[in-house]
Amino acid sequence: MKSIYLHSSVALVALLLSSLPLMAQTGAPYIHDPSTIMECDGKYYTFGTGGGGLISEDGWNWHGGAERPGGGAAPDVIKIGDRYLIAYSATGGGLGGGHAGRVLTMWNKTLDSSSPDFQYTEPVEVASSLDDEDCDAIDAGLLLDPTTGRLWLSYGTYFGFIRMVELDPATGRRMEGNEPVNVAIDCEATDLIYRDGWYYLLGTHGTCCDGPNSTYNIVVGRSRNVTGPYVDNMGREMLKGGGKMVIAARNRKTGPGHFGRYIVDDGVEKMSFHYEADFDRGGRSVLAILPLLWKNDWPVAGENLPDGTYEIQSERRGYALELAVDFVRMDVPRVPFWQPVTEPVEPIESQTLEDVADTWPEGDIDIRIGDYMFRPHQRWNISAINDCPGYLGGQYYKILIDGTERALATAPDATVTTVPKFTGAPEQLWRIDQLTDGTYRIMPKYVAGHDEPLALIAVADSTPALGKFDADSDNSKWTFHNH
Amino acid sequence: MNMITRLLLAVTALGALSAATAQNQPRHSGDNFPPPRQADYEIQTPTRLEDYFSKSVSGAISPDNDGFIGRWTILEPISKPNRSNTVFTDSYLNHVLDSVYFKGQMTVIPRDGDKVKVDGKKLMWHSLDSKLYNVKLYRFAAALKKPVYGIIFWAVTVIDCPEDMEGVRLSAGSNSASKWWLDGEEILMLSGDRRMVADNAASRPLTLTKGKHVLRCAVINGPGMSDFCVRFIDNDGNPVKNISISNQ
Repeated sequence: MKSIYLHSSVALVALLLSSLPLMAQTGAPYIHDPSTIMECDGKYYTFGTGGGGLISEDGWNWHGGAERPGGGAAPDVIKIGDRYLIAYSATGGGLGGGHAGRVLTMWNKTLDSSSPDFQYTEPVEVASSLDDEDCDAIDAGLLLDPTTGRLWLSYGTYFGFIRMVELDPATGRRMEGNEPVNVAIDCEATDLIYRDGWYYLLGTHGTCCDGPNSTYNIVVGRSRNVTGPYVDNMGREMLKGGGKMVIAARNRKTGPGHFGRYIVDDGVEKMSFHYEADFDRGGRSVLAILPLLWKNDWPVAGENLPDGTYEIQSERRGYALELAVDFVRMDVPRVPFWQPVTEPVEPIESQTLEDVADTWPEGDIDIRIGDYMFRPHQRWNISAINDCPGYLGGQYYKILIDGTERALATAPDATVTTVPKFTGAPEQLWRIDQLTDGTYRIMPKYVAGHDEPLALIAVADSTPALGKFDADSDNSKWTFHNH
Repeated sequence: MNMITRLLLAVTALGALSAATAQNQPRHSGDNFPPPRQADYEIQTPTRLEDYFSKSVSGAISPDNDGFIGRWTILEPISKPNRSNTVFTDSYLNHVLDSVYFKGQMTVIPRDGDKVKVDGKKLMWHSLDSKLYNVKLYRFAAALKKPVYGIIFWAVTVIDCPEDMEGVRLSAGSNSASKWWLDGEEILMLSGDRRMVADNAASRPLTLTKGKHVLRCAVINGPGMSDFCVRFIDNDGNPVKNISISNQ
């Protein structure tokens, strides 16, 4: 054996360096009703019910410290120009025995409480509900319509209707003379987003605040008009309870609620929300960030790539990423298909690493893209790295030839290669984002001599390279298969 | 919405906020943030029954354009305290909604103004036509100044079919759980802490023979805005509209 390390030692290293599978976020991401994530001066912020919120330097490791006065439930934030508009509800929600709710807005030039510019303006009331009317004015959601520049607020809860009002994007105040419009029933924590001619109303259905038994789930309806009617995939109006599932309980976490959208890049979007209970964190309510996918113009939650062994398939032609080594033929008797079966049919063992590893050179080995034959030089063990900073909603991965420590890495000339042993160096760490179409972008954390972000791309059917990511090109897209 | 748990969450969150702000006082423009409104136990917006219902008149009506059945005789709510709707398991509902609360519970076709006695209290039947596609039981109770939480509603209507209809299903949504009987036979149950969603669940295929059929439902809720919507759908999922609906 040359570049092969004992499986047991690889497994031990993997155990030490890998994260728990499919974590929500690391740090202390404890929050309920997180507002849409905002980036401010290189940090990420989200605010929650009760006041305060979370901060992250990398988008993966979160801790408390964000400051939002006013208390109340389920805020939302939007950046308009160079200011942040925060909407929150001070009362309502059945608190104090009634549903007399008030939604307030206030501005701040920064979300960084250490900045001299950090100062909230006096909040103003933009919507309200009287006790026992068919609405409960809490749970604000903000949309700045990119097609018109008009600012909209959705609010409400299970107590009656979800309503919308129009705000003045210059002042954050209610537009004079504007009257609320009913757009849904039986939701909480609504949010409005726009994409490709559709307005989407996302709301949370199910049971809130019941820990591991919370049935909270996020559903969506859409409309060509911002004020509705919003209908689901069955044509059922959200005013009749309609809604298409975006995310429900999964991976030992229950009760997703309070959607927020974050556009990272062209073709790369994230959705933030909370789980009511993370079973791996004692059932606490935690912030979660997942890829946001669009299927047939409907949003649906994606998934960070789980640790595993995969074929890495190029979307360009469907070939697979592989070591540029000799293809080792399997020496088994060939039986003509027309020959009658006279003896028991026996299975053929798959080719193993031990069968071929001695044929591989030592040192760095180039990679290429070839016909997938589930051979050892095409099987990649991919696992998230637990002990280094991540990125918005994700951890960096190491990508090893399965059963070895041979790692995919970038080389100084902006090429991609493999090195015999994974060391944790930044050129061996990979960011993997699920794209809005469900495929993946693979980006190195570091490329010597290059500051601009580069991605693993196919420049020809069989030739991988590092280049600029293009969301419209299959050259830039990859999929992972365990078969 | 489970307001008890929401209240507990908010109290916890506000407690956490107090602790956090004590250590790291937020800086903002003054201390004049609007105070929360004081709880006002006098209802600010009393429900008017006529906003949601009209009194049924004699004769029959048709379903609405989507087939929803709007004419019902509804019993004032029976008290059944529940702090949370999470108890609405199948077993619980089978026990509670199959219990007998008043005489003729599964056979009576009540008239407007009829009364029954439940636990020594007289409750009245009200024949109403909903002005909406759904039947807002919460508003019915609120308008009559009856309990709105921790209750069971009973409602009865009569369906008249002009011809035999095979393969139709009862399709319902309710807030919260509910049971449905056709001519005395249970045909559908919606269990769990549900919000009302149109066509949330449907019965097995039924045959509605020509003539009258009695449709009966019980809707149970702890804290929440009780309501239901119901219609018959055909084999293709289209609403059945060629029926008439009466109180008798």
